[in-house]
Amino acid sequence: MNEMNEVRKPPVATTGIIGWLRINLFFNWTNSLITLFVIYCLYQFIPWILDWTIFSADFKYNYLGEQITNQEMCSRNLDPENGGACWAVIYVRFYQFIYGFYPKVEVWRVNLAYVMLAFALLPLLYAKLPYRKYFLYFTYIFPVIAYFLLNGGLGFTEVSTNKWGGLLVTLVLGCTGIALAFPIGIMLALGRRSKLPVISMMCTLFIEFIRGVPLITLLFFGMVMLPLFLPEGIDMDGLVRVLVAVTLFQSAYMAEVIRGGLQAIPPGQYEAAKSLGMSYWRMNLLIILPQAIRISIPPIVNTSIGLFKDTTLVIIVGILDLLGIGRGTLADTNWLGLSYEIYFFVSLVFFIFTFGMSRYSLYLEKKLKTGINMGAD
Amino acid sequence: MKKLLSIFAVVAFAFSAHAGTLDDVKNRGFLKCGVTTGLAGFAAPDDSGEWAGLDADMCRAVAVAVFGDRSKVEFITTTGKSRFPTLASGEVDMLARNTTWTISRDVNLGFEFVGVNFYDGQGFMVPSALGVSSATELDGATVCIQTGTTTELNLADFFRLNGISYEALPIETNDEGKENLFAGRCDVYTTDASGLSSTRAAASNPDKWVVLPEIISKEPLGPLVRHGDHQWGDVVRWSLNAMIIAEELGITSENVDAQTSSNVPEVLRLLGVEGNYGEMLELSNDWAYQIIKQIGNYSESYEANVGPDTPLEIARGLNALWTQGGILYAPPFR
Repeated sequence: MNEMNEVRKPPVATTGIIGWLRINLFFNWTNSLITLFVIYCLYQFIPWILDWTIFSADFKYNYLGEQITNQEMCSRNLDPENGGACWAVIYVRFYQFIYGFYPKVEVWRVNLAYVMLAFALLPLLYAKLPYRKYFLYFTYIFPVIAYFLLNGGLGFTEVSTNKWGGLLVTLVLGCTGIALAFPIGIMLALGRRSKLPVISMMCTLFIEFIRGVPLITLLFFGMVMLPLFLPEGIDMDGLVRVLVAVTLFQSAYMAEVIRGGLQAIPPGQYEAAKSLGMSYWRMNLLIILPQAIRISIPPIVNTSIGLFKDTTLVIIVGILDLLGIGRGTLADTNWLGLSYEIYFFVSLVFFIFTFGMSRYSLYLEKKLKTGINMGAD
Repeated sequence: MKKLLSIFAVVAFAFSAHAGTLDDVKNRGFLKCGVTTGLAGFAAPDDSGEWAGLDADMCRAVAVAVFGDRSKVEFITTTGKSRFPTLASGEVDMLARNTTWTISRDVNLGFEFVGVNFYDGQGFMVPSALGVSSATELDGATVCIQTGTTTELNLADFFRLNGISYEALPIETNDEGKENLFAGRCDVYTTDASGLSSTRAAASNPDKWVVLPEIISKEPLGPLVRHGDHQWGDVVRWSLNAMIIAEELGITSENVDAQTSSNVPEVLRLLGVEGNYGEMLELSNDWAYQIIKQIGNYSESYEANVGPDTPLEIARGLNALWTQGGILYAPPFR
């Protein structure tokens, strides 16, 4: 009677790979049709893109074995039948893409700043880091170090921001914009919900004004109008003006995101904090903001990614960020016509950064369990 | 009252600072020159990050005239929209940014165009397979055209004048026009002739495209400075003229040293061997010699950046000297 006691296995059709396929890809005939169609498209597309980007592509040498120094030497221009992408343009211009026109002898400073940025971000991103406290001290002083390192002063030769470019400008704008906008955004959000009419009105006015105009308008205002208002003697750096515009823009959006989080906190939390005799600042710092920010993580990351991509708009005011360097390269008569390669590379770099940000936010959400509404239970 | 005085002081300071751009430049130690963010042949960074092109050479020529050193220049990138405010606010000392000289820019915006370093004009590009040799044969063609520009108005005028019809395919950017033309969505692409040349050079097979001979508008491109500072305007104007005169006189960067012992009076005046023309401009007497030595004459700059031997392949055409069928003409150096 052993057979009777045997546990019957679930049907093959619902477990393992086959089960997964059946449930997710071939559940009914419409799903099957869509699946087949997508597989067909991928079958057409993937070999082609792999061939174009890797197998038939030129990296440094063309198919004749010569080192490529201009677009005419690319395999695909020598022989249209032969060859895919011509990555040599990226190889030759790599320095410009990463550092802009930063002097070569001083470039170690930028490299050092990049490495230090990684160390400064580490304790912020990873809470279980050993000796996190000491790392955090470093994070706080990092902006000052970076300023002197990149710009000069304290014994370093000055490198005018006009010489900065490429990824350096993109990262400076992105990091500074996001880092400064966060505290300003919190203050604006608290201000807008304040019971004091003057403060709340001023914050509302600021937020609505900034949100009411496109970033380009603010960039133009910073770049073009500001120097007209300043007397001749006061010379504000071009990059600083753009940074001010980007930060104002981002803080208005951040304020609204955080206000959303604040409004989701049940009134009971405020009342409980007050009943313990907490002051306004203690209540916000210890009770309200930690919860509000936790539930606002997805939209905070969302606007941050948005800002990171919006930094490409600075080309309008004549600052050459990563995309601007790409366009400048396309205008060099040596590299005319390589737009696919350059735009592909620039989008890849942007994708790596934005995808990293979005993955990190996912990890954070899981760790902090933001899906659960802590206040309501 | 005190407030009012301080405002006056600031205003007076602003004016005094505007009074002598040449002194400002000399004190600063380098020239600030506004260029494009990248336009093939006119100004674009090369592989080593140095700006190169016809407009970039113009900037360098002025730097050489003032400092005798072609590296004493900082290139400030400007876009079509930001170029004028950047010059007006004093952030750059001059613009060499393929800017068309028009009455409103010269008069109303308060700038001073000091000359023309490239005569451009709107042209047409078609596939050579179309078998068209003149724009008047384009009856019924689909034309790719950038919207909201003067090119659009010029196009309408030209076709109406010739009694032929066309269909417009509106586009936003040069890249878009290129893609549409190459994909065959339009028969003709029209924009400035220099732009057509760079579009053609970017094609995988440039011989499949022809630029038609008709040029339907005037686009004189030249360097400009702020209105009212004539001394500085003169420096920029004569830096350009020196390059043109050098070509007229056959002085090149290679033979300039030999030419200092020439027996032609104008050569000696230009190279500063005779006369004190440099002093008049408050420059050193060998300023023009240095420009020719370090940058070259106009022809050398043209041939290196946009001429027939470059991928752009722009023939001299209007930009040839007046003695060679063009309209390039500089006042005499005396």
